Amino acid sequence: MKLAEIQEALKAKLIVGDDKLGLSIEAGVGCDLMSDLLSRPMVGVVVLSGLNNLQVIRTALIAGAAAVVLVRGKEPDPEMVSKAQSHGLPILSTPFTMFTACGRLFQQGLRGI
Amino acid sequence: MATLSKRYSIKAKDYLRAGEISIEVQGILKRIGFDAQLIRRVCICAYEAEMNVVMHGGDGTLHLFLDNDAIGLVVKDSGPGIENIALAMQEGYSTASEEAREMGFGAGMGLPNIKKNSDRLKIDSQRGRGTVVAISFEVKGRAGEQE
Repeated sequence: MKLAEIQEALKAKLIVGDDKLGLSIEAGVGCDLMSDLLSRPMVGVVVLSGLNNLQVIRTALIAGAAAVVLVRGKEPDPEMVSKAQSHGLPILSTPFTMFTACGRLFQQGLRGI
Repeated sequence: MATLSKRYSIKAKDYLRAGEISIEVQGILKRIGFDAQLIRRVCICAYEAEMNVVMHGGDGTLHLFLDNDAIGLVVKDSGPGIENIALAMQEGYSTASEEAREMGFGAGMGLPNIKKNSDRLKIDSQRGRGTVVAISFEVKGRAGEQE
C-alpha cells in the first residue's frame, strides 16, 4: 500500500513528507508504548499513535519506521516537525480515533506487524 | 577502519533531549556503512539505555566504541541503582515515574529489549551507587566505508 493510499483512507493531513507519498508501506502498528515499537523490526511499517510528542518521532527513527500517523486530529509541535523533516520521516494527522484508523487501514488490506 | 571512541553526557529528567544521543549514534553508524539490522539493534539498545538514565538515573554518560569486529556501548549513571537486577530484567517490571509513562516509556521493556538486541550485556549496579550497563555487538561482514 502506498503512503498516498493511507493518507486517503485516513482522510489525513500530510504534515511532513510531500515527496514521500509514493512510499510503499508493508504493514501497520497502533502503539502508544514506545518500547513496544522497539521490540520488533519496523522496516516499511506505518506507526499510528495517540502519543503526540518528540519521543514518538525519535522512537520511529530508531525503530526504522516508514511513517507516523497521529490519531484523533493531533498535530505535531514545531520541534517534532523539524526533527521529522531533517530525517525524512513523513508525519500525517488523521481525524479518526486509533481504533477506527487501524480498522480503515485493515479494511484496505494493510496488515499488522 | 579506524577505531572510534566517543563519549556523550546524558542529563537526568531532560525529556526534551532524551534520545538525541542515540539518533546521533545512528547517524555515525549509517555513515560508516554498517549493516542496517546491526545498526537497528545497536540503536535500540542505545536508546533504551539512554532513556533509562533520563528516567531513573542521576546524570550519566554514554560511551560508544567501535573497532573492526565489535561495537560497544557503556552507559553509566549516578542514579539510585537497581535493587534487584533479575527483577528489572523481567518484561513488564517497571519503577518508572508517571512523567516517564506519559512520554510512552515505563512499560518495563527497556532492559529486556537491550538483552534481546545485544550479543553481550553486563549490568553492574548497587543500590545508591549508580549503574553501569555494558553492551556489545559482534560485527560481521560490514559494508565498509560509504564516505
